[in-house]
Amino acid sequence: MSNIRFEQIEGKSLGFYILITGLGILILAALGSVYYVEHHGHFVTGMNNRIVWGMPHVFALFLIVAASGALNVASISSVFNKKLYKPLSRLSGLVALSLLAGGLMVLVLDLGRIDRLIVAMTEYNFKSIFAWNIILYNGFFVVVAIYLWMMFERRMNKFSHKVGLVAFSWRLILTTGTGSIFGFLVARQAYDAVIMAPMFIIMSFSFGLASFILILMASYKWTNRPLGNIIVNRLRNLLGVFVAAVMYFVAVYHLGNLYLAENTGIENFILFDGGIYTKLFWYGQIILGGIVPMVLIYHPITKGDRSMLGLSSVLIIIGGFIQLYVIIIGGQAYPMELFPGKEVLEGYGDIAQYLVSLPEVFLGIGGIALAIIIVTFLVKFLAFLPESLEDDLADLYYKR
Amino acid sequence: MNKALNRRDFIKIMNATTTGVAIVASGITLTTFASVSETPVTNKKRWGLLIDTNKLTETDIDGMVNACQQEQGWGTEIRSTSSQKPGWIKKLKIKDKATNKVSNLALMCQHCEEPPCVDVCPTNASMKREDGIVLVDKHLCIGCRYCMMACPYDARSFVHETLNNQKEHMPRGKGTVEACTMCVHKVDKGETPACVESVNSEAVIFGNLYDESSQINQTLKIVQSSQIRADLNLNTGVRYSGI
Ligand code: SF4
Ligand code: SF4
Repeated sequence: MSNIRFEQIEGKSLGFYILITGLGILILAALGSVYYVEHHGHFVTGMNNRIVWGMPHVFALFLIVAASGALNVASISSVFNKKLYKPLSRLSGLVALSLLAGGLMVLVLDLGRIDRLIVAMTEYNFKSIFAWNIILYNGFFVVVAIYLWMMFERRMNKFSHKVGLVAFSWRLILTTGTGSIFGFLVARQAYDAVIMAPMFIIMSFSFGLASFILILMASYKWTNRPLGNIIVNRLRNLLGVFVAAVMYFVAVYHLGNLYLAENTGIENFILFDGGIYTKLFWYGQIILGGIVPMVLIYHPITKGDRSMLGLSSVLIIIGGFIQLYVIIIGGQAYPMELFPGKEVLEGYGDIAQYLVSLPEVFLGIGGIALAIIIVTFLVKFLAFLPESLEDDLADLYYKR
Repeated sequence: MNKALNRRDFIKIMNATTTGVAIVASGITLTTFASVSETPVTNKKRWGLLIDTNKLTETDIDGMVNACQQEQGWGTEIRSTSSQKPGWIKKLKIKDKATNKVSNLALMCQHCEEPPCVDVCPTNASMKREDGIVLVDKHLCIGCRYCMMACPYDARSFVHETLNNQKEHMPRGKGTVEACTMCVHKVDKGETPACVESVNSEAVIFGNLYDESSQINQTLKIVQSSQIRADLNLNTGVRYSGI
């Protein structure tokens, strides 16, 4: 069995330094925003007492959800023993860790009291799904790090199947935990649904794979390494299935909600008369983030085109952000039902307004930049990427 | 240039990370249970409010809001927008869709017996005292706002700006969450919450729900009262009649 040769990237080109510098600037801008908000208080952000989780949460949750999905490729290879994906496993683990780091950075820096992080780490309320998530996130780092070690160290290779299984289960639990953050909010019509957790899992598959594909294609293109069609087409098909699955879950979620009379209010709001949220839902989430990528992935004309795959991935990511925006912000904007059978005339019951502010956006983008910079640095210092993913090589693996 | 990190270094780093996380995780065992009040708070009592919307006038409600602000010092925020300013009590006007009857009521933290805010709070900053009063420990609150997401009554506020001249009994602070405390500082001294004091009629009754001889207990036995969102089974300490 011929071995895949993993090798670091050179990382000496001008492009490399420009990339690093650019990302560094974005991270600094994020830190600057955090300092600005901390110094003044959250009144400089768009959040208020009704919309308490704003744009940073959209970014943070996207990254966290995508992180767990990015591990899929590795899982498919070691858990389901698909050899074709084996050369990609290391990168898959790395992308997963980096995205999670970016997401957690945003989440943590958006706290009202960042200085009390130590409290969050020492005071645990085990009834809180949030506290569980802190443990799950930390655990994910450890499990994936060990997994990578098993892959890197030849003597340990034999364990990678078992550790892969642990990592796979862990990530399913982790995303269930993330979805449950919302599933536990019984009083909010938008969130109180059992389907929230599985929907988040399938969202993670799709967003994570889209991010992975972009990083894979970019790193091979920018380092002039051969990337064959067999692998790319496989990933493309997988992506198509995931996008379709997300759309299916979204449909079931909304149809299920429409069926329950108590939820018709929020459903009407999101689907028909919610202004910006309705527009975002149909144009952003469904058309831009679902239908268009599906067409690009499956249409005979665009199917074989790699830049079209890149475009689909970008659209899926944008659609994913929009989906989380609609879930998180839209779900809060719609008032809770305080008095069933009664109309609230004054004091509560309007649609809450949220105007995103620049510091919030900068913080979110900083999280993405952190994730990418971690990938960029680590592929330079460690052998994450196979030297070649040429078709004949892939073929070799595929046939085994 | 050498390829800075080799495999062994990588493993070292990963080991360090693992140790770091292990330390964090071991912090779990150090969890202490914060007790905020020194007074003997027992579960033999359950403090509650009964608000009679038939007797409560709009002026009464304005008076309640003012009294609460005076007592606790919120509402003087100058930089926050109106939707960012804290509000511990809201004045609500509701109309019955069938009868068109309009009622006014004051809505504050309902001091739930099964408080979702306490369940979700990762750090135990949100907590329920033995006597049923739900509070936020300002020293433990990390400002994650999950409790605000979880509260079905929109009862909590986030402090969006730096504050000065806080009341001694109410150490409010930027970046933390707050809500009605049922004037716990007064109640512990045997007094009545400020909002209740401000109402001249019997429209708002405060007392120990468990005490058979208390006015609130007796009144609740004879009048029709309801809990807001009773379907959630939170068994609120604040009850309403007339709606
Ligand atoms: S009303 Fe809200 S803040 Fe008050 S105890 Fe209930 S859930 Fe907590
Ligand atoms: S904001 Fe404070 S009180 Fe509320 S859940 Fe977070 S830590 Fe607990």
